[in-house]
Amino acid sequence: MRRRWKSEMTHVPTPSQTVGPFFSIGLSALCREEIECGGGEGKRVIIRGRVLDGDGQPVPDAVLEIWQASEADRGDCEQGPYAPRKKIPLGFGRIGTNEFGEFQFSTRKPAPCRDETGLLHAPHLAVVLLMRGLLRHLLTRLYFAGEATNDEDVVLKLVPPERRQTLLAEPADESVSEFSWDIHLQGEQETVFFEA
Amino acid sequence: MARLPVFAKVMAGTQPQYLHPDYRSSVKRAPTRPLIPLPHSLAERTGPVFGQDCVGPNDCDLTAQHTGAPLGERIAVSGRVLDESGRPVRDALIEVWQANAAGRYLHKMDQHNAPLDPNFSGCGRTLTDADGRYQFLSIKPGAYPWGNHANAWRPAHIHFSIFGVGLLSRLVTQMYFPGDPLLALDPIYNSICSEKDKQRLISSFDITTTTPEFALGYRFDIVLRGRDATPMEK
Repeated sequence: MRRRWKSEMTHVPTPSQTVGPFFSIGLSALCREEIECGGGEGKRVIIRGRVLDGDGQPVPDAVLEIWQASEADRGDCEQGPYAPRKKIPLGFGRIGTNEFGEFQFSTRKPAPCRDETGLLHAPHLAVVLLMRGLLRHLLTRLYFAGEATNDEDVVLKLVPPERRQTLLAEPADESVSEFSWDIHLQGEQETVFFEA
Repeated sequence: MARLPVFAKVMAGTQPQYLHPDYRSSVKRAPTRPLIPLPHSLAERTGPVFGQDCVGPNDCDLTAQHTGAPLGERIAVSGRVLDESGRPVRDALIEVWQANAAGRYLHKMDQHNAPLDPNFSGCGRTLTDADGRYQFLSIKPGAYPWGNHANAWRPAHIHFSIFGVGLLSRLVTQMYFPGDPLLALDPIYNSICSEKDKQRLISSFDITTTTPEFALGYRFDIVLRGRDATPMEK
């Protein structure tokens, strides 16, 4: 017996175009630097970093979108067209860089998990990166340096060892509640980006 | 939990390359090393689900967000959001932004010497219905100059940001208008290789969604990555 899909691939996805320099007009209302994840488990952490271009210059017009494990949720927003939306989905964050190319957000560090095929994923955040100059968004992952499960992580294992550290946020304080993670678009420290 | 969608690989050549030297900003920002293939796990096959509460009552009417009406040619932009199997994507969040009729953005970094319109912010937001349909009421954006090369002008466009069923459905793109002579000269539009794929970013004038005495209709359908994973035995 052959297993078929009810619907075949008949439509080609629409091409991407750059988000451009003026995205804050359309995207600001759903910006959130404090990511809520539902339940109270997981240590609250702050992540700070910079986005740097091929000349090492800060990128002041980038936007990061974070997606991480949480309880399922629907938004419950304040009304008014320009008012920042107070409640947006759990596990989602959107953060723009400032004039110095810096970003900062807080979240709860997710737990390690096994996917439906039983493979182990160390605590991580999925990160979508958009900016002027990127005709398609970039996809990467943020891991936490020092996590015991990093060595077994199915995705980190796919990354050449000498580049793995580009995905690791490093603790910035003794209590391990603040981390720093820079994104390098090019150069020796070029961050690992994924094709999915 | 609902069955997760499945995502096929991106078909080669249907999306722009990261590095497109004619688009100057890509040169120092495009990654230089090959992307690493990522298996699709929960993090990629799920995504944020936005509710009706994230969208305000006037968010889909960009002409009704101030005390007066904005200047310009009134347009109704509508279409459907579909997945790769042609099924409607419901509750897709669409965010749009655009310049005003004079080609000026309400943004501190926009230095174009064209007037702002006190009755136009250029920001909209909506969710698709059960048939994947959406509609915005707006004004036709103007073309504007930019610094990419000598005498560079962007064709009139509306920026679209769409969230579908999973992180891999995420799409940010631009909608253009039919017959725009600037399209042939625009490095962003021309970063797409094939003529057929380029055409998919050009809206079509639509007399059936044109409202008599009121607004011109343009249709723009969007296809997101992913498809329903419900298998069928045969």
